[in-house]
Amino acid sequence: MPKVIENQPLSDMIWKMKVEVPRLVTKAKAGQFVIIRVNETGERVPMSIAGLDRDAGLLTVIYQVVGKTSALMTTIEAGGEISDCVGPLGLPTHVKKWGTACVVGGGIGIAPIYPISQAWKEVGNKVHAIIGSRNKDLLFYEEEHRAVADELHICTDDGSYGHHGFVSDVLKNLIDSGEKIDMVMAIGPVPMMRVVANLTKEYDVPTWVSLNPLMIDGTGMCGGCRVSVGGETKFACVEGPDFDGHKVDFDLLVSRLSAYRDQERTAMKKLLENPKCQLTKAVRAFKYPN
Amino acid sequence: MIKKLKPKERMKIPRAIMPEQDPQVRNRNFDEVPCGLTEEQALTEAMRCLDCPKQPCVAGCPVEVDIPGFINLILEKDFAGAARRIKATNSLPAICGRVCPQEEQCEQVCIVGKKHKPVAIGHLERFVADYERDNDLVQLPEIAPPTGLKVAIVGSGPSGLTVAGDLVKLGHDVTIFEALHKPGGVLVYGIPEFRLPKAIVQAECDVLAQMGVKFQNSTVIGKLDTVDELFEQGFDAVFIGTGAGLPNFMGIEGENLIGIYSANEYLTRSNLMGAFKGEETDTPIIHGNNVAVLGGGNTAMDSVRTGLRLGAENAYIVYRRSEVEMPARIEEIHHAKAEGIQFHLLTNPIRFIGDENGKVKAMELIKMELGEPDASGRRRPVPIEGSNYIMEVDLVVVAIGNSSNPLVQATTPGLDTNKWGNITVNEETMETSRKGVYAGGDIVTGGATVILAAGAGKVAARAMHKYLMEEIKK
Ligand SMILES: Cc1cc2nc3c(=O)[nH]c(=O)nc-3n(C[C@H](O)[C@H](O)[C@H](O)COP(=O)(O)OP(=O)(O)OC[C@H]3O[C@@H](n4cnc5c(N)ncnc54)[C@H](O)[C@@H]3O)c2cc1C
Ligand SMILES: Cc1cc2nc3c(=O)[nH]c(=O)nc-3n(C[C@H](O)[C@H](O)[C@H](O)COP(=O)(O)OP(=O)(O)OC[C@H]3O[C@@H](n4cnc5c(N)ncnc54)[C@H](O)[C@@H]3O)c2cc1C
Ligand code: SF4
Ligand code: SF4
Ligand code: FES
Repeated sequence: MPKVIENQPLSDMIWKMKVEVPRLVTKAKAGQFVIIRVNETGERVPMSIAGLDRDAGLLTVIYQVVGKTSALMTTIEAGGEISDCVGPLGLPTHVKKWGTACVVGGGIGIAPIYPISQAWKEVGNKVHAIIGSRNKDLLFYEEEHRAVADELHICTDDGSYGHHGFVSDVLKNLIDSGEKIDMVMAIGPVPMMRVVANLTKEYDVPTWVSLNPLMIDGTGMCGGCRVSVGGETKFACVEGPDFDGHKVDFDLLVSRLSAYRDQERTAMKKLLENPKCQLTKAVRAFKYPN
Repeated sequence: MIKKLKPKERMKIPRAIMPEQDPQVRNRNFDEVPCGLTEEQALTEAMRCLDCPKQPCVAGCPVEVDIPGFINLILEKDFAGAARRIKATNSLPAICGRVCPQEEQCEQVCIVGKKHKPVAIGHLERFVADYERDNDLVQLPEIAPPTGLKVAIVGSGPSGLTVAGDLVKLGHDVTIFEALHKPGGVLVYGIPEFRLPKAIVQAECDVLAQMGVKFQNSTVIGKLDTVDELFEQGFDAVFIGTGAGLPNFMGIEGENLIGIYSANEYLTRSNLMGAFKGEETDTPIIHGNNVAVLGGGNTAMDSVRTGLRLGAENAYIVYRRSEVEMPARIEEIHHAKAEGIQFHLLTNPIRFIGDENGKVKAMELIKMELGEPDASGRRRPVPIEGSNYIMEVDLVVVAIGNSSNPLVQATTPGLDTNKWGNITVNEETMETSRKGVYAGGDIVTGGATVILAAGAGKVAARAMHKYLMEEIKK
């Protein structure tokens, strides 16, 4: 069973976990993901690759507490184990010299765009990184991104740090300022990816988005991860997770993500009511946004 | 004394009827439906066998189990010995006794069956295997001294498990790589508990582990390591038994609505992820009131009976041909009917209709009639114009078959496949176009049966051993 080397909060609800999976780490590439199972009765949850330490054999995932499994993940202490970590799954992000590229990360998406930024930079692109979150407390990986990107743009929805506004506003300003962007990669909540894709469509800038439908096996066996791209059904776990943002049916994605909302809420409620569970105070205070 | 009965007298004995849970009870629980023969029933049933010199039943079994041989051992009350006799050619008797389509195989050609009902070979096979396991009489076979040769097996379905057992016995160092977190393939993620208890599959895997087989679960070959990399890591031969695990959809309007599952997803959520146990496990599953399953095979029967057990008021099979063309085992069709499954035959869906939240609420169907035979020899269903109607449903399971998963083929240069993406092999050895790489089971044949997959494993293991000893070891 894979060993957890580090597991700590970056903010109340965003955590960073490092798992020792040496073989997986030698093969994994930016844009791919893993599926984690916390314990024997646990769900299989997909997590993007947010960092690879090939020398130490460590994989970093950054996760947000949104429900039972992610809440349980916070209870695993360094030195502990998780039941499974399978991967690398999905296709890697295209790495090519586009010229000037822009990676856009919203919320939890700030994590997976980091290795993509690194990979694009390594092959000689000029890279703009735009990272944004709801407020200052939720922002993370600023230093990591600063060390890689040619230019780092930060924004918060409430203006508590960086530009006041959404990542899409910053991207629009950047394009309007005359910087010719050749390729965009946007990862974050579905509404954010949709807004970015709509914007770049107007400007005719090719844009990849990384889709996060519900998944089980991650090998193409179940079809649960179906998304619609350009009118065609695709299995995101094997044909994605990256797709042409201008062709994705975001409405369908949003709808399918809501399939188990009631069951997820009941499960989380039960977990929060269980006094034995080693949740931190902050996670115990978890509330679903309305 | 038993043997002294004359054939005529023996034929008068009625075929044993395996006790079953009452249909109206079992359709709300996940416990196994048939409860197994009693010892007395097994002894009486064994008497029905005529011990025919020509043994047509043996030829009817894809792996040529010594049927009269093991039945004679039952008559001698050597049940464990009978199980061992079967295991000489079929390593998974407890499983095959439960899931083989006997009516098309061993029992179809049984002489007794010409005039009466055939000997219940499957029931007897299950009886002796269960007896052996339940009484802790399973003996580890003798393991040959280590050959120092390493074999990698990709996929832990019946084909992979069989290859593993046969090669580890011969002294090879065997590792099974499995993509999911539990071994067993379709036996654990597909076939439900009420038809094949998972403890039985686990017991088979435990025996293999005790014999020295290493299981590496959560390892996707083609993603983590490729077949070539397995060779680089020191494996001397590779067996590919990755099954037919890519679900087909119909490609009709509304198919991505919430509440429309592939059978693989529905069954995996329920079986592998344990959603049928309710809140004991974390994976959710949609509970439908009106559940429709599209298809007529074992997978469709398993799905529809799962739907019923998860609380459906109405559970329908929607199949575009008639009952005689249904590929499911007859026993499963009977079981489904007894449990209250409603059959809509000669009917095909043409679109799904969703509500304002993107959930399926109905489907439009069209009636079919049978026309000329098609390539499969079955009469082709053709739609009857104007016969459309709407059926209210809140859960649909698409069980119209699987294609081969391309992960391994796409990452193994020089591995030949046919136009459906199945790996092509020399049928006498199961060797692929790549030296030292063998394949068998559904990845070669397309969706077939457990015993055919296990049989392919036997053939492959024999050829792999020869290859290893003659070409690698030298
Ligand atoms: C390719 C991919 C990469 C991802 N990368 C990350 C990441 O790096 N960090 C991160 O925090 N999250 C990531 N996610 C989402 C993450 O998998 C889910 O948030 C997680 O499964 C939630 O589990 P839960 O039990 O805590 O919440 P639940 O209570 O089960 O659900 C809460 C929310 O999570 C979504 N969700 C639930 N189960 C799944 C599932 N199996 N697959 C996808 N979404 C699900 C639901 O739509 C719901 O909105 C990724 C998803 C995919 C498909
Ligand atoms: C619901 C259902 C009911 C059935 N009922 C019956 C029945 O009653 N009687 C009967 O005889 N047959 C039945 N069958 C058919 C039978 O189960 C199959 O023919 C048989 O299991 C095929 O065995 P296999 O060894 O080829 O592979 P499978 O059982 O398909 O197993 C393949 C394994 O390989 C793994 N794998 C795939 N790709 C990779 C990879 N890249 N790396 C690592 N691992 C990988 C998979 O995860 C899987 O565990 C049924 C099938 C289904 C789906
Ligand atoms: S393995 Fe299957 S076909 Fe062969 S004897 Fe047993 S039940 Fe019959
Ligand atoms: S054909 Fe029937 S009666 Fe004859 S040996 Fe086989 S099982 Fe017995
Ligand atoms: S997660 Fe099952 S096919 Fe993609």
